[in-house]
Amino acid sequence: MAETKGKKNKISKRSNNKNGYLFIAPYGLAFTVFILVPVLLAVALSFTNFNAIEFPSWVGFLNYITVLTNDEVFMQHVLPNTVVYALIVGVGGYVLSFVLAWALCNLTRGFRTVFALILYSPSMTAGVAMTVVWKVIFSGDQTGLLNSWLMSLGVLNEPVIWLINAKYLLPIVIVIGLWSSMGIGFLSLIAGILNTDESLYEAGAIDGIKNRFQEMIYIVIPSMKPQMLFAAVMAIVNAFQAGTIFTLLTGNPSPGYASQLIVNHIEDYGFLRYEMGYAAAVSVVLLLIVQLFSKVADRLFGERDDF
Amino acid sequence: MAYKGHRINPTRFEKSQIKIIVILLPLVIFMALPIIFIINHAFKPMEELFAFPPTFFVRNATLENFESLIKASRTSGIPLSRYVFNSLIVTLVTIFLSLLMTTCAAFALSKIRFKAKNTLMNINQTAIMFVATAVLIPRYLVISKTGMIDSYLAHILPLVAMPVALFLVKQFVDQVPDSLMEAAYMDGATDWQVYLKIIIPMIKPAIATASILVFQQVWTNMETSNYFVNDDSMKTLTFYMNTLANANNTVAGQGMAAAASLIMFIPNLVLFIILQKNVMNTMAHSGIK
Repeated sequence: MAETKGKKNKISKRSNNKNGYLFIAPYGLAFTVFILVPVLLAVALSFTNFNAIEFPSWVGFLNYITVLTNDEVFMQHVLPNTVVYALIVGVGGYVLSFVLAWALCNLTRGFRTVFALILYSPSMTAGVAMTVVWKVIFSGDQTGLLNSWLMSLGVLNEPVIWLINAKYLLPIVIVIGLWSSMGIGFLSLIAGILNTDESLYEAGAIDGIKNRFQEMIYIVIPSMKPQMLFAAVMAIVNAFQAGTIFTLLTGNPSPGYASQLIVNHIEDYGFLRYEMGYAAAVSVVLLLIVQLFSKVADRLFGERDDF
Repeated sequence: MAYKGHRINPTRFEKSQIKIIVILLPLVIFMALPIIFIINHAFKPMEELFAFPPTFFVRNATLENFESLIKASRTSGIPLSRYVFNSLIVTLVTIFLSLLMTTCAAFALSKIRFKAKNTLMNINQTAIMFVATAVLIPRYLVISKTGMIDSYLAHILPLVAMPVALFLVKQFVDQVPDSLMEAAYMDGATDWQVYLKIIIPMIKPAIATASILVFQQVWTNMETSNYFVNDDSMKTLTFYMNTLANANNTVAGQGMAAAASLIMFIPNLVLFIILQKNVMNTMAHSGIK
């Protein structure tokens, strides 16, 4: 940076420009009221018994103890479902989006743009707007598309009631999750791969890299760690905040809790049973799990350790 | 920006790309199926919606579903135009406020030196992982205690602060060379003038990207209508479209719901196609270091 020596040179002279606070104030205010305060409030409420009408009463760690030891639905259905969902849609979706991004970057611009648009477009709808599609495809009688196809192929003899049969709920929810998982992280990966330094490939070729796969492992991934981390964080958030669309499809609670995820469990306790203190404790558990996963991602791809 | 290497981002079509396309094509088609289906379903006449076996593609396209969508809103007491108006107001104001706040904050975090800067930046980076649905209840409490229930503010304010958008815009502001700003400061420009005259014009791609992100959040948001607004005349188009999709489980309702979904989806798609280049430009600086 060229250090110019002017009298009013605010950038280099002033080390504590109070205007900084002014510029950040509007965002900071909105952030505080609608993100920070709700999180702190959730933490506070998680130590109480609160039914939304009476004033919350302090119960200490009771809610957390209940989550860990006494909530059979949570331990037997919600947590395992969420872990499976997060592994397949989060981790699997992440790997898939990297492989797809990398494949797209090996194509010419025209193909790449069209393919990327198609892959990205499901994530725009955030799922909710597409409920009707899934309802028609997975409809439980012969008019359902999937039933009709499978029956005409001879795979099925009679229609399967997809959205009620506990056996199929989680797989269906995972397919829908994967379908909409090529989001902004995917775009970030494409941009990252496109921006890797050309000379690295040449140097790699001299050092004995023989094929595209080796190139991916030894050159592409190490040179775009920041994008890998950003995409990982996006994948984690995406995997753990899913749930709303599944409520619309299968109801809450889902039949036999077969596709109940943590977010649905929070909804169930908070807005159906009005046990808001307990719901808050589950929210805090969710936020902690997300943080934990992000730390893992940071270990894998982080370049500094303060994130 | 465009990298002209021999492996990544090739400029010419080569035989080796065919096998990649052959592998990708089935997957791309599979991913596109639900969207192709919704487009077809929305234009199906009644007899095709009822058809057995069910059809995927439309044969005799009609606008019947869109017409009955408008008719249905006439009988519901609240005209469709009201929901459209609500959604437009909410979306536009949210985008405007959010972009103003986000760019100001990004300018401060990137270019102004002040003490709390690094702390604030770290808080925002942690908040990228914020899962809004997890704190729905406390959010509801905040909104009800501040008296925002049943107002446009309940739709707008919870969505204006978007940590990912701030992060991306800030990364982009980092690319603006300091020397440009130094020159302006030498001429006596204030921070506000530098923000307005130098930063804003230089970060247009990031602004476009942030507006898409905010748009996607607001336009399809159901949470605010479901939980923060009780008065039906204050709810948004997304909410109304979704009640149609869910209340009418009949086949006729399905056609309307498909038409509604298409109406909700198209603006997203069009906006993204228009701003697609800007988005990719911004994402080049999206890495977390």
